[in-house]
Amino acid sequence: MKKLFLVTLLTATSIVSFSQSDKYIAAMKSNIAAIDSSFRNPANLLGLANNFERIANAEKNQWLAYYYAAYCQVNYGFMEQDKTKTDGIADKATVLIAKADSLAPKNSEISCIKSMIASCHMMVNPMQRYMQYGQESTTNMEDAMEQDPTNPRPYLLKGQNLKYTPEQFGGGCKTATPELQTALNKFATFKAASDLHPVWGKQRVEQLMNECKQ
Amino acid sequence: MKRILMLVLILGSLSAKSQVRVTGKITDTKNKPLAGASISLKNSYDGATTDSSGAYSFLTTEKGEQTIAITIIGYATAEEKIILKGTPLVLNIALKELITELKAVVISAGSFEASDKNKGAVLNPIDIVTTPSANGDVTSAFKTLPGTQQVGESEGLFVRGGTATESKIYMDGNLVNNFFYSSTPGIATRGRFNPFLFKGTVFSTGGYSALYGQALSSALILESKDLPEKTEADLAISVIGAGGGIQHLSKNKRSSWGVSYNYTNLWLAFTFIKFKQDFYQVPVYHQGDANFRIKTKNGGFIKYFGYISANKTGFRNGDIDSTVLKDAFAIENLNTYQNINWKERIGNGWKINTGISFSTNKDDISNELQDGNNQKQLITSSSLYASKNFILNNKAKYAQARFVLEKKLKGLSAIRFGSDYFYSDERSTYTLYDGTKFTQAIRDNLFAAFAEGDIYLTNNLAAKIGGRLEHSEIVNKWNAAPRLSVAYKFPDNSQASFAYGIFYQNPETKLLPAIASLNYSKATHYILQYQKISSLRTFRVEAFYKQYDDLYKTARNNIGRDLAAYNNGFGYARGLEFFWRDKKTIKNVDYWISYSYLDTKRDFLNYPTAIEPSFATNHTAAFVFKRFVLPWKTQFNLSYNFATGRPYYRIAYDTLQKKYFTSDAGKTINYNSMSFSVNYLPNIGKKNPRTFAVWVLGINNVLGQNQVFTYNYSNDGKRKEAVTSPSKRFLFIGCFLSFGIDRTQDAINNNL
Repeated sequence: MKKLFLVTLLTATSIVSFSQSDKYIAAMKSNIAAIDSSFRNPANLLGLANNFERIANAEKNQWLAYYYAAYCQVNYGFMEQDKTKTDGIADKATVLIAKADSLAPKNSEISCIKSMIASCHMMVNPMQRYMQYGQESTTNMEDAMEQDPTNPRPYLLKGQNLKYTPEQFGGGCKTATPELQTALNKFATFKAASDLHPVWGKQRVEQLMNECKQ
Repeated sequence: MKRILMLVLILGSLSAKSQVRVTGKITDTKNKPLAGASISLKNSYDGATTDSSGAYSFLTTEKGEQTIAITIIGYATAEEKIILKGTPLVLNIALKELITELKAVVISAGSFEASDKNKGAVLNPIDIVTTPSANGDVTSAFKTLPGTQQVGESEGLFVRGGTATESKIYMDGNLVNNFFYSSTPGIATRGRFNPFLFKGTVFSTGGYSALYGQALSSALILESKDLPEKTEADLAISVIGAGGGIQHLSKNKRSSWGVSYNYTNLWLAFTFIKFKQDFYQVPVYHQGDANFRIKTKNGGFIKYFGYISANKTGFRNGDIDSTVLKDAFAIENLNTYQNINWKERIGNGWKINTGISFSTNKDDISNELQDGNNQKQLITSSSLYASKNFILNNKAKYAQARFVLEKKLKGLSAIRFGSDYFYSDERSTYTLYDGTKFTQAIRDNLFAAFAEGDIYLTNNLAAKIGGRLEHSEIVNKWNAAPRLSVAYKFPDNSQASFAYGIFYQNPETKLLPAIASLNYSKATHYILQYQKISSLRTFRVEAFYKQYDDLYKTARNNIGRDLAAYNNGFGYARGLEFFWRDKKTIKNVDYWISYSYLDTKRDFLNYPTAIEPSFATNHTAAFVFKRFVLPWKTQFNLSYNFATGRPYYRIAYDTLQKKYFTSDAGKTINYNSMSFSVNYLPNIGKKNPRTFAVWVLGINNVLGQNQVFTYNYSNDGKRKEAVTSPSKRFLFIGCFLSFGIDRTQDAINNNL
């Protein structure tokens, strides 16, 4: 009898743990699906960042949960109009991406977020901060290219940075377009490792290229 | 048994389906709703984010005792134990705001900061080199800020009715004794150091920290750069000389070293620009410096800076006591300065900052009386003219050691304390026309101890309370100087601050040896400030009152030198200052305006009574305008300095009554000067440029306005002569190149 009880308990536990993993995948999927539409409303983006952070803290060893938490947080930072709050948000994103980084070191996707965080800090005062954060953003972007040459996202970031840099400083559509084209080519062949791995950016590239055509 | 199992299963499925709603509101301690706060049930996915009214709501399937955590940027994380029993739960929580650098009030009364990082900064380091009237001189840019006087005939910062000797300059915490090149009569010299050495500067016009002393008026605190971004070489060529240097960053980016050399020769400038003085030895300067910087394991820093310079100048001026004779003045100077500093975190929130510095200075000065053919006039009997032939040799050694311990407390609060030791040894030999030599040696050992606390009560209210004790061998007494600053931030992010402090200073060497035993001279500052800083605009207004006590009065000794004799001098300075900087209103334009009103009188040195000192004036204003024209890759800078006329006096000595008296007085014309500069940056926008060039064209006093700083009197008082700037205008053309050293070579070498 005792044996039976133990077996049942073990079975139950295994079902529970199996369903936990299901739960993780389901929760991640539904939150990831909500990201694109939340760009229209920064408050939703913050809500998603918090959702991902809860998942990450509960799971403790899923780098993707931390990754998406940082991704939502830094985009929220880009959208924040009150520049006095930007640094705090970027710092929060840094804490999250550092946790992802310790779980999955030298990851190209993580380097992309680090590059975005540096750009976010730079946005607060581009003239004064260019030397420090511009360099940091570039270094991380180059790391991302090296860590996974098939990843289109660092090329998107590079193209995007160039597009918003004044022509006199070596930016503008002329220099941005080849980078964006590279990103687009890489998107065509890029295969995400799983349903949960990042795939974002293709629409953004197309949008930027369209803006350049006009 | 089966039944039990069934029961377990039913219970299990029940628990899986029964959800509990948790709702509530998150506010700050003042009951203001907090939007965007994250509510999470620990170790579960369940939680929510507060909406704009601070409200949240979520469902959870968790049971029993759980921990709920609330986090939001800028506030302390709150954790609450809750018990989930199947009934809806309401949980309202008030969060405490964290005291953070980003939000906290800045204690800023009396000080201007130039840095990239700190939010209280009024200037950034680039401003120092792009302000046209500054000519790339570290201290001159500060003359476009309120509080300083436009004194053109001698170097130094004259702050709020104080003399230049009342301003002290520190580099990484260490006093720099000969910050400016040695004085020459009637011509202001420049600061010795290249402004690009520094990443941050704090210019305090009063009420400064207990960490600094021996300056009645002002402290200029310079902080040297950390590691360079990359290995770089630079080259500068201009109409006044050439120089070059290299900064090398190690591969692991944890240490760097650098050396540079500069050669300045004003020969070319002198052939094209007319100078009032007849320079028979055009100024020639050799200057070299070296540094290393090491980042330690715990994020600390070791920094070394060493400097050496040798220079000489010689010029003739018409002698004021005669119509045909000339004075030929010559100076040769050799100066060295070295400092090494170590900053380190030593655990438990403690930090140590310690440093030593050592410097030497040697001046060989001579003055000759010459006739119309520039021949030396030898006069052998004692007379007024005979005294114009002299030689003065000065030799000085200075050393300093200091340490500061700092302990971080809650929030931004901190306490720090430490000690300073200064050694100075100044020797001079004065050789008269007949070869008679007078020698003197002034030595001092000055010991100081200080303690200071930064107290942040909330993000809106902070205070800095400190004190300093000093003992100088020359005065042979202790002094105790309390310091206090308080700052309060208003809801619109503007802030008001107040500062109070007592400051003591020793007599300057030229007044020593004292005729009688002396006490320290003393100043008491009261400063009230209001300022509003946003990222693109700065407004500040400051009112101050400064009381001077125990100023040194001089008496004439038996060989006619004026030496410190009494401590009964006194004075006051009071004023109102405005500063406005705006980068917003006009696109691509950055301008600032400053205005100072000063009312000051003092009785010191040989003044017969309390009078408005000759280095002060009532109204001073400056306007600086910078515009970057992107398509032309060019920045245009303009500055205009204005000051009302300064008083001048002929103070004579009545040998019978043994008293000083004013035999003549007047006021100079108003001071006006407009300077203009253009910086052209052709490599901007080039992709990974190997070289980066900056071309500079600068013209001082573009309009050639007549500037009179003061008047010199002949010995009999019958003649007076205006002291003006040495040339009407000055033109500077130069090119600064920097080369980022390509690392491909390194990579190849490493792989072989």
